[in-house]
Amino acid sequence: MKLTREEVLKLARLCRLKLDDDEVERYRQELTGILNYVEQLDAVDTNGVKPTYQVTGLTSQDENATRTDETSQQVTQPELLKNVPNTEGGHIKVKRMIG
Amino acid sequence: MREWESIEKLAAGVRSGQLKAADLVEKSLRLIEQHQEFRSIIATVSDRSHRRARKIDEMVSRGEDPGVLAGVPFIAKDNFLVFGADTTAASNILKGFDAPFQSTAIEKLEEAGAICVAKANLDAFAHGSSTENSDFYATKNPYDASKVPGGSSGGSAASVALQLAPFSLGTDTGGSIRLPASFCGVVGLKPTYGLVSRSGVVAMASSTDVIGPLANSVEDAALVLDVMAGQDVLDSTTINRQESYQVKKGSDLSGKKIGVVKEYFGEGLDPNVGEAVNSSIEKLKEAGAEIVEVSLPSLALSLSVYYIVCSAEISSNLARYDGQRFGYFDKIAKNLDESYENSRAQGFGAEAKRRIMIGTYVLSSGYYEAYYKKAQTVRTKLINEFEDALKRVDFLVGPTAPITAFELGSKTTDPLAMYMVDMMTVGVNLVGVPAISLPCGRVDNMPVGLQIIGGQRQDVELLELSKTVQELLK
Repeated sequence: MKLTREEVLKLARLCRLKLDDDEVERYRQELTGILNYVEQLDAVDTNGVKPTYQVTGLTSQDENATRTDETSQQVTQPELLKNVPNTEGGHIKVKRMIG
Repeated sequence: MREWESIEKLAAGVRSGQLKAADLVEKSLRLIEQHQEFRSIIATVSDRSHRRARKIDEMVSRGEDPGVLAGVPFIAKDNFLVFGADTTAASNILKGFDAPFQSTAIEKLEEAGAICVAKANLDAFAHGSSTENSDFYATKNPYDASKVPGGSSGGSAASVALQLAPFSLGTDTGGSIRLPASFCGVVGLKPTYGLVSRSGVVAMASSTDVIGPLANSVEDAALVLDVMAGQDVLDSTTINRQESYQVKKGSDLSGKKIGVVKEYFGEGLDPNVGEAVNSSIEKLKEAGAEIVEVSLPSLALSLSVYYIVCSAEISSNLARYDGQRFGYFDKIAKNLDESYENSRAQGFGAEAKRRIMIGTYVLSSGYYEAYYKKAQTVRTKLINEFEDALKRVDFLVGPTAPITAFELGSKTTDPLAMYMVDMMTVGVNLVGVPAISLPCGRVDNMPVGLQIIGGQRQDVELLELSKTVQELLK
């Protein structure tokens, strides 16, 4: 398989990465190489086999999967906001999203 | 020359008042200063470590017990959130990030009296096998400064090899503790998935990420694991722990069945590395172990499974770096889209972008079944093969890496060539079992690592066997 320029641009858009023309071409080649390598899985017979997403067999029934819905203060608001680029009145300020 | 006594002895010395935590911290910071040329450290935690050392010495003079790791200095990979220094994950996108809380692992170590003195260099976001992907600088192998220390926990491994501190912390998603341990001649332990909480550690691939210690002895690594292990309400993937992971005596090799993994001795393995590993295995046989050949055919597919699953999970975990709540942001972006796209483009390095894009591709509509789901299904086959093998033998062995440390810059132009370095380690992560790398000789003066793999949740057994093997290989 060979990734096209358009596909790379679409990918970049999906994961919100701005790429210049040189980068588009460079990643087009590198990603094609990687994807071609992993395609060896196409030929593997996986009939009757289920996917594994969790290797230690934990489920939502396990004791540590949930906790009681109680609030607690582990970190203060100023601490949590100290790395935020733009704040206003204790809120995180971002660019307009709607309209 | 040995700089540090065993961790047990150091802590006992501090608790008895014979050693001062302040002196241990001073010593570690001095050693760090003296070995700057290897660039294994991103930042030191000077002020806070001095303060904590003073507190510990004061506790001792008041007759209080500061804990089983009292006064022991350590270095944490810079993807662990700690107080007193930035947490950058060696990425420009997190430069200046000041952690609002600490990792559970760090909290536990501090509660036991250990003191974090510095943050170690890594491949940015732990994406890499050589530490050359750090956005800041590459770390040099202590055995040969023209070579890589391995990665992604290259700074952690080099620091322990240089004896800057008695132990360091790393993370292992596809081999990132074991591989640099192998290249730097130190002990690197990857515990069972879920044994140590990952709360407060920068996430890479959530179904394989694991935290573990690097040290100069099995006993030291075991003691650190003993402090860190256990269920955490902040990490619901954590599992129950055994009562103790400390190792006093190694297990008896006679009667133990050791499975030599056939696929680890095939194409790609440097014959000299193979020879060093085989002589080590011979020593196990001489000590009474039964050596059996086992085959795990799906190992040939493990790199492909890994680079699909891992990239997919990376793309998800790195979506949070969007320039809005923390991290680097583009100041001149005119709207939200530009803010996202530019902040991420300018903040992330090339390898992060590659993995994010591969991950996005394999999870996208139309491709999810063929790639991600297929990979997780092949993963099941690999898990079954490991389980079957570990029913027939007690442990699996092989080289940790197909080669010894390579020259800086020699694999940076071909991403796939770099990925191949992980061929012997990734299978273990996909399955979730524990594994350790032990130094087992040199080839042209460069360290070789012997990898021992145990069954899931068999960390105690693995450590006890490793202690015996360590003594045999001395």
